[in-house]
Amino acid sequence: MAKKFEKGKMVPVPSRSIIPERDLDKSPILECSHLGIDFGGLRAVDDFNLTIGRTEIAGLIGPNGAGKTTVFNLLTKVYQPTRGTILLDGFDTAGKTTAQINRMGIARTFQNIRLFSNLSVEDNVKVGLHNQEKYSALTGVLRLPKYWRQEKAAHERALELLSIFDMQDLAPHKAGSLPYGAQRRLEIVRALATNPSLLLLDEPAAGMNPSETAELMENIVKIRDTFQIAVLLIEHDMNLVMGICEGICVLNFGRVIAKGTSEEIQANPAVIEAYLGKKRGS
Amino acid sequence: MVFLQYLISGISIGSIYAIIALGYTMVYGIAKMLNFAHGDVIMVGGYISFCTTSYLGLPGWVSVVFAVAVCTVLGVVIEGLAYRPLRQAGSLAVLITAIGVSYLLQNAAQLIWGATPKNFTSLVSFEVPEFLSRLNVSGVMLVTVVACVVIMLGLTWFTSRTKLGKAMRACSEDRGAAQLMGINVNRTISMTFAIGSALAAIAGVLLCSYSPVLQPTTGSMPGIKAFTAAVFGGIGSIPGAFLGGVLLGIIEAMARAYLSTNLANSIVFAVLIVVLLVRPAGLLGKYVPEKV
Repeated sequence: MAKKFEKGKMVPVPSRSIIPERDLDKSPILECSHLGIDFGGLRAVDDFNLTIGRTEIAGLIGPNGAGKTTVFNLLTKVYQPTRGTILLDGFDTAGKTTAQINRMGIARTFQNIRLFSNLSVEDNVKVGLHNQEKYSALTGVLRLPKYWRQEKAAHERALELLSIFDMQDLAPHKAGSLPYGAQRRLEIVRALATNPSLLLLDEPAAGMNPSETAELMENIVKIRDTFQIAVLLIEHDMNLVMGICEGICVLNFGRVIAKGTSEEIQANPAVIEAYLGKKRGS
Repeated sequence: MVFLQYLISGISIGSIYAIIALGYTMVYGIAKMLNFAHGDVIMVGGYISFCTTSYLGLPGWVSVVFAVAVCTVLGVVIEGLAYRPLRQAGSLAVLITAIGVSYLLQNAAQLIWGATPKNFTSLVSFEVPEFLSRLNVSGVMLVTVVACVVIMLGLTWFTSRTKLGKAMRACSEDRGAAQLMGINVNRTISMTFAIGSALAAIAGVLLCSYSPVLQPTTGSMPGIKAFTAAVFGGIGSIPGAFLGGVLLGIIEAMARAYLSTNLANSIVFAVLIVVLLVRPAGLLGKYVPEKV
């Protein structure tokens, strides 16, 4: 049975950040320092520091246009950072391609769903399993025993992953034909199929009703407990963020304005100002 | 009886178009570019096969293996040197590069083998059963049609059932998302060019066995017709390329037989225009309205 983690006590680590106390004896999964990117003259993200523990659920929040998705794009090398370093599991990711980053252990979902909508649900998951299936194109063409073995294993693994969200019955359907909520869940399954150690979720609850969101919260925690991985999520639904995130990082205009636990963030005047504006007369 | 003969000859020439169109459609579907040099890879395949049989005196099947091997490497090299650096560039730049590569191959062939047509000896020489020969069916025709169907079924199976095939379809739908799922897009596109060029080599040998004149421009017209066939069937679709190729062959044979030999090509392209007016995405293509 998977080990369950409660929301832990957060402790400071050297790189100006905090991680759950239980992850302290292991090296952090992600360490960003002084990360930044410019688009022309615009500093989209600047001096971004973040450390995430091995089994932490972390939240990245901020007003619209704060640069949250840009951070995701930097972490996955969709954009090459102008400044700063990203250490994944202690390894520098400078000069890596997006595909290599995925193989190193970061998987993500998208703000607007980007499934392969003409492929079946099962094939979408199998695309995620691509790097775990080890057979050459020639083995595939000749249909050697290894091909059958590996494809059978991939099939079983895909169904197993789909069963996390109780979606195994949907396997033969086209991904594009699924209802919206199921597509969002399938994106998470596809990302998990790549065997990540850090899962990035970009607004996983967008467009979901309160009961779906509650279910999603349970599932995110379940995924962390089962796979023992870290999760970093962008979300506007504060119930979700405050409910499951252990560490929260607040961005505004491309800069970190606050970091801490949910209680600390809710009491932070800079955060309240960013979201609601300044009190008149103060 | 005469009609049947024309139909059969249409299907067999159409099968060659279909094999070439399969290469076009694979590359377009995955790399989202029109590889206008595809027709000239056919010509290279023909010359390689010609050289191995005529100069080295090796048996026909060895020459096919040779042609496939050389063209596969050629396709991967063309992609790596000419198209890969333009991956982020506009589609027009890639298109013009492809036309440039096409002329480069033609002129290189002219330098190496000269402009004088070579007389290609057909690689298929077995006798067909009597009832078929009465319909003017030759061995080449049989081999062509069988090869075409096998290739089409094989490709359909390959793209839907193997991991590389799935990676190809993933790249075709959303290159960015595929990359984020750990798929090496450059390698996948490279493999697509390898497969497409191997098909071009097979088409080249069949084409030259069919009409034995081999010269540096041999590949251009069949290349353009196969491209037409791919668009006709719905570019990006494997069964579409097959259907488009065979139909185009039949239309051409019928036009040649019943209307005018000189106008056959014009009629083929006129049919294309009409089909595209009625079904802009081609026969089996999916018309996806742009979301606004």
